[in-house]
Amino acid sequence: MAERKGIEVSLAIAESASACNVDCIAAYPITPQTHIVEHLSELVADGELDAEFIPVESEHAAMSACCGTAAAGARTFTATSSQGLALMHEILFIAANLRLPIVMTVANRALSAPINIWNDHSDVMTERDVGWLQIFAENGQEAADLVPICHKIAEDKRVLLPIMLNFDGFILSHVVEPIEMLSRDEVANYLPPYEPQQRLDIDHPITMGPVGMPEVYTEAKMAHEHAVRSAYGPICEHLDGFAKMFGRAYHPVESYKAEDAEILFVMMGSASETAMSWVDEVRAAGKKVGIVRFRLWRPLPVADFKKAIAGAKVLGIIDRHFSPGGPGGPVAQEVKYMMYGEKNAPKVVEVVAGLGGRDLDDDAFNNLFDKCSKVLGGGDVPPFELIQVRGGHYGKA
Amino acid sequence: MNQPVLLSPLLRQERMPHIWCPGCGVGVSLNCFVRAVEKSGIPQDRIHVVSGIGCTGRVAGYVNVDSFHTTHGRALCFATGLALSRPDSRVVVYSGDGDLTAIGGNHLIHTARRNVDMVVICVNNFTYGMTGGQVTPTTPENMKASTTPYGNFEYTFNLPALMEACGATFVSRWTVFHVRQLIRSLEKALKHRGFSFIEVLSPCPTLYMRRNRLGNPLNMMEQFKERSVIRNGEGTAGTSLEEGADLIVGDFIEVRRATFKECYERRMTEVLGERFVPYEGVR
Repeated sequence: MAERKGIEVSLAIAESASACNVDCIAAYPITPQTHIVEHLSELVADGELDAEFIPVESEHAAMSACCGTAAAGARTFTATSSQGLALMHEILFIAANLRLPIVMTVANRALSAPINIWNDHSDVMTERDVGWLQIFAENGQEAADLVPICHKIAEDKRVLLPIMLNFDGFILSHVVEPIEMLSRDEVANYLPPYEPQQRLDIDHPITMGPVGMPEVYTEAKMAHEHAVRSAYGPICEHLDGFAKMFGRAYHPVESYKAEDAEILFVMMGSASETAMSWVDEVRAAGKKVGIVRFRLWRPLPVADFKKAIAGAKVLGIIDRHFSPGGPGGPVAQEVKYMMYGEKNAPKVVEVVAGLGGRDLDDDAFNNLFDKCSKVLGGGDVPPFELIQVRGGHYGKA
Repeated sequence: MNQPVLLSPLLRQERMPHIWCPGCGVGVSLNCFVRAVEKSGIPQDRIHVVSGIGCTGRVAGYVNVDSFHTTHGRALCFATGLALSRPDSRVVVYSGDGDLTAIGGNHLIHTARRNVDMVVICVNNFTYGMTGGQVTPTTPENMKASTTPYGNFEYTFNLPALMEACGATFVSRWTVFHVRQLIRSLEKALKHRGFSFIEVLSPCPTLYMRRNRLGNPLNMMEQFKERSVIRNGEGTAGTSLEEGADLIVGDFIEVRRATFKECYERRMTEVLGERFVPYEGVR
């Protein structure tokens, strides 16, 4: 077992990308992602990583340059956050539909206005439908490990899709954690050199990204949908492969004390680790409560999720983004989609919390737990609520 | 604790202390700006300040006028909309080199080309300060940034020359050492009709200077004093900021050309005659 060393999570991610021997990095500074690409630029400049580092003039340019390098057949890595991810928006579709296996870490952060640099999931959730694979890390070790796993998944010839590796801005990005880092040799055993299926090659010319008339557009979308959905198998395979080689097992959906739980919290990202200690306390008081967390978000691991929540009576969902005037938060929407028509489906209680850097703490968990307990006791399911609002809910207080 | 006493009602006392590092020049430029506004006689409720993102972008939060803190690079677009819908007001874009010339570079060249009636103050500290000192299009050659640890190998923008080429009708460069000249220049720009661009060279002691071992902020002020040569009214030829060369400052360009709004109204009147009704702005 390798030694654990204290390292800032952003630097661990950069070291991990370097261990993957990436060929090209194109990036633009944005808080709280900046340390990742800054460290990569140092590694490139110091000759420790033989790669092109392109300090472009915007995120729109960054993702465009990544498409260029990936189209040329280079192993491509980048990182961004919030407004930067939003500025990449149109190119994200292009990377996905051109099947360019770019790996991008996203240090999740809120979107303006008001300007806010702190953590929530509004950046990634608004990019839910761009056709990328999406995966969430809970802690620094996971974030560092998922970099080679993401390259392995993205570059698998059965997959060939870009992948977004999400981890919470500041809460993870700026924290020093004890992390077992993989050496370049260890990663090389797991991740073979990238062999592109197709690339822009002057000797074997192809055209990428031409006009798709109505006669072919639907078919192109169908092919893309098929690719994302059927990436599930290879994703599980490569998570398992990593576990066999390095002993750290990751699954599309993770649970904590969920087996006999009547009330199950559903969440994503680093908050679930905070919630674990809360669960321990509440369990000590005799309440049957547990946690289910999505690691994989696209493709949506429906079967794993259903298995993980089997037996639960009430699901308490914490979303860190929501659709104003719409049906609440995205995690709750998708959970309800999975539950609809199911026999003995658990009731779904949903809250939106932890926006723009507001801490997800015991008060938030207790608030949701109270709501869930009332429903468990036969009460009506309340509508979605934005909790942690100073002075109470809009219209009250 | 003694609260700092602000000398101008154009600054927001309640927002102090500001976030800028000791020795940073953004605050100096802001002091020059508020003095220029006072001298210009433009009433407080007839001026708008629009900022992008970055250290200089924080100006929008410190001025006691209608202000708009926008997204990274798009201050000029927000300002164009504002300037066209409020032709009775002065619109000032106050942002940094990274915001205006990198991520916002596209909008900079086009707003200048259209000669939209606004003042653009570009505080050039040669780096992205807010995010930790990365390379920008204005980082001088061979100078270090966090993304170019062995020195910048890219060519550098000469902003006044760029702006002249794009069609800006008032183009200046000063440093934060030249406070009197800068105030005068800003006052002229505020009274100028058309697109005014003022580059303000400014020390970033925390990220740019420390990384490049350029000493303390006073050393850069001395450099600004000793190396600068004032060249007013002579265009922007030979004004590039090459290492070792004279640091050319001055009001380089001041010409009157029809603004975007005037061009539009002239053309529409030519084509539509009396059917064209000029837009007078929101009330």
